[in-house]
Amino acid sequence: MNPCNCSSSMSRRHFMAHLAGAAAMATPAIAFTNSLLASAADLKKKNKACIMLWMDGGPATIDMFDMKPGSATAGQFKPISTKVDGLQICEHLPQLAGQMDQLAIVRSMSTREADHGRGRYYMHTGYVPNPTIEHPSYGAVVAHELVSQMPQLEIPPFVSIGGSSIGPGFLGMTWAPFVVDSNGDVKNLNPGGGKDAMERMHQRLTVLGSMEEDFINEHRGEAADDHFRVLKKTVNLMTSKQMAAFKVNTEPAAMQEKYGKTAFGRGCLMARRLVEAGVPFVEVDMGGWDTHQNNFTTLEKQKLPELDKAMSALIGDLKDRGLYDSTAIVWLGEFGRTPRINGNAGRDHYARAWSVVVGGAGFKRGAVVGATNEDGTQVTTDPYTSQDLMASVLKSLGVSLNTTFTSNNGRPLKIANSGKVIKELFV
Amino acid sequence: MKRLSAMFGVAVLALATCECLKAAEVSNSTPSQPAGLSTIASSAAKASSTGSDQPAYINDLIHQNWQAQGLQPSQSAADGEWCRRIYLDVLGRIPSVDELEHYLRDHTAQKKQNLVNRLLSDEYVEDYARNWSNIWTTILIGRPPQMRDKRALVNREGMEKYLRDSFARNKPYDQMVVDLITANGANKPGEEDFRGEVNFLIGNLDDNGVNATAKTAKVFLGLQVQCTQCHNHPFNDWKQNQFWELNAFFRQTKAVREGPRKTPEPISELVSRDFNGEPDSRGATNPAQAILYYELRNGQLKSAFPVFVDGTQINPDGRLSTVNRRAELAKLVTSSPSMGEAIVNRMWGHFLGYGFTKPVDDMGPHNPPSHPELLAKLATDFGSHGHDLKQLIRWIVLSQPYGLSSKMVNGVNDKDDPAKGEKPMFSHFYLRQMQPEELYDSLLVATAFDKTLRSADDQDQNRTQWLRQFTIAFGTDDGGDTTTFNGTIPQTLMMFNSDLIRKATSTSPGDFLDQIANDRTMSNADRINRLFLATLARKPTHEEIEWANKLLEARKGDPVGALQDVFWVVLNSGEFILNH
Repeated sequence: MNPCNCSSSMSRRHFMAHLAGAAAMATPAIAFTNSLLASAADLKKKNKACIMLWMDGGPATIDMFDMKPGSATAGQFKPISTKVDGLQICEHLPQLAGQMDQLAIVRSMSTREADHGRGRYYMHTGYVPNPTIEHPSYGAVVAHELVSQMPQLEIPPFVSIGGSSIGPGFLGMTWAPFVVDSNGDVKNLNPGGGKDAMERMHQRLTVLGSMEEDFINEHRGEAADDHFRVLKKTVNLMTSKQMAAFKVNTEPAAMQEKYGKTAFGRGCLMARRLVEAGVPFVEVDMGGWDTHQNNFTTLEKQKLPELDKAMSALIGDLKDRGLYDSTAIVWLGEFGRTPRINGNAGRDHYARAWSVVVGGAGFKRGAVVGATNEDGTQVTTDPYTSQDLMASVLKSLGVSLNTTFTSNNGRPLKIANSGKVIKELFV
Repeated sequence: MKRLSAMFGVAVLALATCECLKAAEVSNSTPSQPAGLSTIASSAAKASSTGSDQPAYINDLIHQNWQAQGLQPSQSAADGEWCRRIYLDVLGRIPSVDELEHYLRDHTAQKKQNLVNRLLSDEYVEDYARNWSNIWTTILIGRPPQMRDKRALVNREGMEKYLRDSFARNKPYDQMVVDLITANGANKPGEEDFRGEVNFLIGNLDDNGVNATAKTAKVFLGLQVQCTQCHNHPFNDWKQNQFWELNAFFRQTKAVREGPRKTPEPISELVSRDFNGEPDSRGATNPAQAILYYELRNGQLKSAFPVFVDGTQINPDGRLSTVNRRAELAKLVTSSPSMGEAIVNRMWGHFLGYGFTKPVDDMGPHNPPSHPELLAKLATDFGSHGHDLKQLIRWIVLSQPYGLSSKMVNGVNDKDDPAKGEKPMFSHFYLRQMQPEELYDSLLVATAFDKTLRSADDQDQNRTQWLRQFTIAFGTDDGGDTTTFNGTIPQTLMMFNSDLIRKATSTSPGDFLDQIANDRTMSNADRINRLFLATLARKPTHEEIEWANKLLEARKGDPVGALQDVFWVVLNSGEFILNH
């Protein structure tokens, strides 16, 4: 075994030496990084992590977590009791109802972005879209802040399952989400061709490294540097044993059944595995919530059973493995849906009063934050924004809210857009 | 000279609008002009083909801003660089070694004009039409979804066919806008009343056509109005009633599905039907004043009739025999100054990396352009030159800013960095990544893939299939999509290990690398040269020759393998994938 102590900026003489000895090299050396195999003990350390459950389309939270029985806007579902005294949620979320003492609901979200694209951006970044700045999303920010707790992490610190999330903005492509489908298949991972192929790959990469540096030194723009950075990350990924974390189908059948054999179920199971492997941020996407038509049929027959099974399995699983106290769970969509039911038995976009659910990490267990009026059209307590939610999530992970970033135009930006912590979410 | 051009310009306009009403054949004699023009216009064509009506104000106005900002421009791009750049931006692929050497051998003062005219002529009409069809298909209907939706109303091939035909005959832009807004017909090629352009609106009619409204305003007028469906716009001046007044123009439009449901490729038709207006509280309708209702946030109902974004009202009759609302809309759009500015902004952004506003399709007082005078002048000239897209391209690519190097000069113009949120000053070329379509086509060129071996249709299908892996669509009602092909790990993995790259670097007998390795007329130096010219449009440096030779040595007995290593390396370099 011939470990190479190359730093990432390689000198000409060094890579020439590599080439000269190429034929003599018996085993490939990892030219780009000093990575060591992650020790099992380190992997078991309780690093903080965040799992975001993203409900794309805007879920009808008025039918799920903040029901209005008896009102004209009540809809077709009935509320049921939960593990928390006095708290009721939808009858079609029975397993989650049994876990509400582990979670917290914020019923007083009040935001202004009811367009999918804008709402998605706003809820992911804490900022409204702005033509001059691309803001980083939750995943990029959390990965950026927490990645240093896990120096041996070779797989990307920000993984997005089943969707593309929002990008890293001015933090740079290094913090872009690594997108996989719910089967955990990573396309094009292997060079193919057996042992020789890896050795050849390393020789090629050595030469490629020097080409990259030359191009960067021509001072043409940041894109050249970004390209090299991603090259190096890719090599780390290809050679890492930590990639096994994506193989959700290697879990025992009983465990796979527990989460449900749906895309979202597999995604949640993969999220648990990734958090176990040390990934600080995982987003799991579940689409199909844009119920302008047939809201009740869609929720009852498809969305709610799938969600209930997978999310409750995830919470239970994290608890069983002692990961719940170090993992923040955030459940949300772009916005909620209108209290008024439209002519197609649907609800339309509504950002003025809606709910999100959080849990794990430093969040207070069993909290119910805020309230809405009798028909759900307005928030009656302090309204909370995306920035406030983000500040709260970061606090639950122990990330300092005094952190500032420098945006691409040189302006300092406070983390979480200076949102204020939702104090009722903390003891 | 300028006034003569203006006269010729007017003549061209009159004839262009005449010609586009007939199905004109593309003539072989006059490059890139609609067929059948009179001799005056032909002289205009010749004059413009020598670049003598290149508007001087483009360079002048850009210079003015440099001076105001205390900037000096970078030097000009190297010949090979400029050649690679223009092939990528006009045809969507890098030049072959032969094409590159052809350009490098031209030592005349008109070398750039000569190349531009050739690229915009019949010589390259197929590549040109395919490239701009790719670009506009994405703009109009998005990228191909991961899973082919068999029940979709949109027929992608139909859309591409319309666009390819239109670009092949250099259809004036305003005519294309009229087509896309007003056409009726079948969405699928081969059908008797096939009109490919219907594929733009046909997928956007749900919910009374709110998406059709938003997309039409965004793409053709540069106005982002989708928020105002529900309330007044938070940043620009748009009001909710304006959205619905624009939406009213689409109320006579319906998509009709033909044929039994189970057919693999359902045919759909876009049709116009009378709109009698929405019923009032007593259930009565009044077709002579065909009204629509929309809801304010407080639940109150308001009414709307067709009114254009500039306040122009049309006859509110909803019956086609009196008013064809989409025809009226098309007239209003094509005579609006916003249309010219939107397309100029978009085209400038395509070639220079950034438009005069960011994003290019969000224009208005809330987002002032970086060079307002230049934008306005170019838009006016574009209109008076028959909305000729090739002419617009010529003006842009023969300008000085387009010819600059991407190398910044420390302390001189490195503050001109739009990636950091600054308004672009165009004092150097801006690095940008190839689009996936460009990468695909460039790989074909770099490996000297013989196009006659496979039909263009096959190539298109293969490309579309390859593109699907990168598209992740949002399953929401605005049809947005994004691509993961943007400098990320999956893209790098694809460039490292995918079948496409394996094929490109194949050493099987008869393949590109094998041919070069076995060509006895070439020395090792020649071979390395060729690989660099084929991919990076330049010769290797001494250092690069050194390591290439070392690789050849290390692989003694496997010269093809060594070439494969070199080829793999250059294909994976930033220099290859970036347009610089």
